[in-house]
Amino acid sequence: MKELMQNLREASLRAIAESESPESVEALRIRYLGKKGELTAILHQMGKLSPEERPVMGQLANQLRSEIEQAIELRKTMLGKLMLEKKLETEAVDVTMPGVEQPSGHKHPMYNVLDQIKDIFIGMGYEIVDGPEVELSEYNFTKLNIDESHPSRDWTDTFYFDEDARVCLRTQTSPMQVHAMETKPLPIRMIAPGRVYRKDEVDATHSPMFHQIEGMVIDKGITMADLKATLNLVVEQIYGAGTRTRFRPHHFPFTEPSCELDIACHKCGGKGCPTCKGEGWIEVLGAGMVHPKVLAGCGIDPDVYSGWAFGMGLERLAMGEYKITDLRLIFENDVRFLEQF
Amino acid sequence: MDLSRKWLNEFVDLPLSEVDDRSFAEAMSVSGSKVEVTEDLSERIKNIVVGRIVKLEKHPNSDHMLVVLVDVGEGEPRQICTGAWNVHVGDLVPTALHNALLPNGTKIMRGKLRGVKSDGMLCSLKELGMTTHDFPYAVIKPAALLNDYHPLDPAKPSISADIKAGDKIFGKVVAAAVKAIAPAGVNLWDTVLDIGESDVESVFDCQNLHEGDLVAYDTAKNRVLTPEDLRAKQEEFPNCITDGILILHEDCKPGDDVGVLLGMDDHVVEFEITPNRPDCLCMIGLARETAVTFNKPLKLHEPVVKAEAGGDISDCAKIVIEDPLCVRYTARMVKNVKIAPSPAWMRERIRNAGMRPINNIVDITNYVMLEYGQPMHAFDFACVKDGEIHVRCAREGETIQTLDGTARQLSTNMLCICDTEKPVGVAGVMGGANSEIVGDTGMVLFESANFNGASIRRTATSLGMRTDASGRYEKGLDPQNTWPAVQRACELIELLGAGEVVPGVIDVLSEPLKETTLKLEPDRINALLGTDVSEAQMRDILERLGFTLEGDIIHVPSWRADVEHYSDIAEEVARFYGYNEIPIQFAGGQTTAGGYSERQQLERRIGQCCRSMGLDEIITYSFISPSYYDKIRWAPDDPRRDSLRILNPLGEDTSIMRTTVLPSMLEILTRNYNYRNKEACLYEIGRIYLKRPDGMADEPRIVSLGAYGEKIDFFVLKGWVEAILKDLGAARPRFTAEKANPSYHPGRCAKVWVGDVCVGVLGQIHPLTALNYGVDAAFYCAELSFDALDAVKGARPVYKPLPRYPSVTRDISVVCAASVPVGEMVDCILADGGEYLTDCRLFDVYTGGRIAGGMKSVAFSLTIRSDDQTLTDAHAEETVAKVLKALGEKFGAVMR
Repeated sequence: MKELMQNLREASLRAIAESESPESVEALRIRYLGKKGELTAILHQMGKLSPEERPVMGQLANQLRSEIEQAIELRKTMLGKLMLEKKLETEAVDVTMPGVEQPSGHKHPMYNVLDQIKDIFIGMGYEIVDGPEVELSEYNFTKLNIDESHPSRDWTDTFYFDEDARVCLRTQTSPMQVHAMETKPLPIRMIAPGRVYRKDEVDATHSPMFHQIEGMVIDKGITMADLKATLNLVVEQIYGAGTRTRFRPHHFPFTEPSCELDIACHKCGGKGCPTCKGEGWIEVLGAGMVHPKVLAGCGIDPDVYSGWAFGMGLERLAMGEYKITDLRLIFENDVRFLEQF
Repeated sequence: MDLSRKWLNEFVDLPLSEVDDRSFAEAMSVSGSKVEVTEDLSERIKNIVVGRIVKLEKHPNSDHMLVVLVDVGEGEPRQICTGAWNVHVGDLVPTALHNALLPNGTKIMRGKLRGVKSDGMLCSLKELGMTTHDFPYAVIKPAALLNDYHPLDPAKPSISADIKAGDKIFGKVVAAAVKAIAPAGVNLWDTVLDIGESDVESVFDCQNLHEGDLVAYDTAKNRVLTPEDLRAKQEEFPNCITDGILILHEDCKPGDDVGVLLGMDDHVVEFEITPNRPDCLCMIGLARETAVTFNKPLKLHEPVVKAEAGGDISDCAKIVIEDPLCVRYTARMVKNVKIAPSPAWMRERIRNAGMRPINNIVDITNYVMLEYGQPMHAFDFACVKDGEIHVRCAREGETIQTLDGTARQLSTNMLCICDTEKPVGVAGVMGGANSEIVGDTGMVLFESANFNGASIRRTATSLGMRTDASGRYEKGLDPQNTWPAVQRACELIELLGAGEVVPGVIDVLSEPLKETTLKLEPDRINALLGTDVSEAQMRDILERLGFTLEGDIIHVPSWRADVEHYSDIAEEVARFYGYNEIPIQFAGGQTTAGGYSERQQLERRIGQCCRSMGLDEIITYSFISPSYYDKIRWAPDDPRRDSLRILNPLGEDTSIMRTTVLPSMLEILTRNYNYRNKEACLYEIGRIYLKRPDGMADEPRIVSLGAYGEKIDFFVLKGWVEAILKDLGAARPRFTAEKANPSYHPGRCAKVWVGDVCVGVLGQIHPLTALNYGVDAAFYCAELSFDALDAVKGARPVYKPLPRYPSVTRDISVVCAASVPVGEMVDCILADGGEYLTDCRLFDVYTGGRIAGGMKSVAFSLTIRSDDQTLTDAHAEETVAKVLKALGEKFGAVMR
């Protein structure tokens, strides 16, 4: 009987090891361990043994059963793994084939730049203000200390809607200074981007409609030093840390003192090159301390409050940022252009 | 404004060796006088020297060229070939050496001309970039040389080929041979002519005469005739021309640099002067800025006039200001005027300042304008009727011919300089031809006046003639400047010997001149600038700029009309303290919250949603052409055509403010389509402009969507609109068919509603609209009102517990009339499906086959769920029954 068990052991373990599918392993389990299986058959012969032999043989039989059971489990696990591997192999794809295309719209490049500027100012506690484009000359000019005979009021420069030149298309975002001062509680920190209009024929650098960003601060104790500190910070955020700046006296009717802000030419570093027309500097924006007459005209006491303002052109900034060479591309809206940004 | 560094040195000691162009430009720019560009004039002209002609002979291989030996100061003369016949031995000529550069960019190299070595080139006036205005003595008058005669018809020559001295040509004109010739002054030659039986010795002014030449000599008038005198065509005397080499009559010697001789040893600085500083549009103004910038003394000169002619100006002239637009009129008189070219130094300065020399009188007026910034005018006083100048506005119907030869119609708001009966000049703009300085002018009245700037600008603009003078006047000039300027002009008259100045000055003011005074408030200035500038430094800066201080009262100089406020004083201090010395210091102040407003956030959100669906953002013009309303097929009487009209548009295409964004979108779609871009999906959040009774506009924003392409159809567009509304948390929108919109396809257009609010319109563009854009393609557009979107947007979402019980789905299929809108069926199902119906989705619409004509089969998938129990089949059947009943009652639909 011992011999029988020995034979069964060898035969079953070999058969299990050679089985090739979970189904055949299961068949082997039934064949060897099932109710009518070979091991059971051997155990049925136990009755013929002596009482001394029985427990010994019983133990051997139990050992054999668990040995076969283990072998079956092991084989099952291994076959499962092999099959999975085979399946995965057949499921392989060509990973170099293209992915499914997803829709991706693009912000207009100029508004990309505008949003960057808005974020810079919002970070400093500024609000964004919108206003009318069809504007009273009073706001576009008069309240900004631009006198009646100023050339910018000419019909050759400004678009008008009535013979009295009372209503015009705003030529600058500066009237937003007046609107803000007249309507907002103090202190004011705001920027006002928007469309402006001048009577310029379309060419590579001109358009009758373009965009400006106005900015203004009104508070107690605002100084030109504050103007410089703020605008330097803004310029560094737009053009990179360590950008060299130069403040240069200039003239605007609604600021006094007035200045223009230049940055050292990024192309030549200030030595002078065609990009900066040999000057070494590139003009970025105009600014100045809000003229006391303008403050007073908006009902703000210039003896208590002071402020500064700036204005910059958006098109030129965006063109510089993205090396766009022709302004007409901005308003042409060719998708091959738009999708580059 | 162009500034000559050489001339500047007369006022401020600032040689180029001390301050180079770059440092000068930087320092002036940061003190407020922006330098645009600097040009070293000597770079324009190189290696051209004065040469003296020492030998002159005919070219061996040419019938018209000469070979000359030129002493250029090197010892050994150079051999040069030239085609010009106006040179003589002894002449000083500009000689371009090997590697010379001419102002027009031409390089001159040594070479051979018809086999003869030519070691450079003799230069004409034109080749040096000059005209006879620059060198008046360089006008060339050629004699008709009979040895250069080329008959038009060789068979019938007007002058026989074998003509010799003494032969008669016609009348008293005979052929004469030049026997001897010697210079006798500028452009004059003492010449001995052989006229056959005798010789004649006389002085002639033709530059091309040489020994051995045969000329036409008028014995009666003692003149050598020119081709013009002979009424000959130029080709008959091809080498007797009015062009030739510039013969120099300057103080120079062989080897001298011609660039220096022409005043091109100068650096010219171009300034951008802001309109508030007309005082800087002249040498003295810029010199003052320079002196303060570099902390140097300003050397000013007070004009001295001897006025040695007899009498007094008041004896012969009277000036009346009839209109206060003339602020001041200062005049002096010069008699026995001798019109002549002005001296080289004056011409050079005028030239380097960008103007053209004319003659001494005109040049003096321009010179004084450049030096003092005061425009001047010189009248031929003989042409001023009754010797009276009346400054008044033109009368109805008056005209004047201005100096440029154009007849001008004057209007009654134009200030004019008149005599007792007619205008003789347009004040501050241009003089009249009727009183122009001409060769025989004897008496000149110098006008140095001050006019209202705005008036001059209006006049110049409406006459379309902006001049150097009007450009200055319009910015508002210093009324105190008229006196020193007229004095300077008279001083120059005497210096140049151009006439005799009559004693006395007429000076008329229409009102007393005002002076501006301000208080010096150092603390206030420092508070505005954020600086700590000492009062002493402020005073120093102001005084050097010409302000005078009495205690803390600042007297603003008359030329600084722009200074009228303490903030202007702050700017003066800041400019010379240095804008770049002002500290960089945040003021602090009260904190503000900043950020985007709710509407701005909504706008950003819509943009983001559009981009997430693959739409590209565009920017279009706010103005359009009125004809665009025709293109989008609006009825001629459509009230939306009532647009704000620009009275002075650039052109028809940009003449009205749009009341719809549709044409803008269609234009961009068309452009992309014409560029053969396969697909375009675009959006813009743009304004429209709706006329208000007060003449202004409401400017609501419109979300404009537009697309074309293979994958685009009505339902893609509708999906975008639905997605935008869903993103905003709006309630479920309703879409109603819109057949009446003329721009859109009548069967593929819908209005979109949320509740009672119409959010906008969407659909395929009408094929006829597309055709109006020249396009045969399906364009899809949507126009959504931003205000409506704002109104229907959802509130902040509140969390709803996730379902705890499973849902059941039931599919139903019904047959109904084909005309029943599916949207209404869905509304009906959702409304009447009972408490457990949570969703209803269309999944099929089918016509044809076994479905009867005019009918359609519609299939929906119903989701049925309860929040507090697991639903049974009975619940589901109950819901389906409710739905079928409702559909049956409302639309006559029956289950399939």
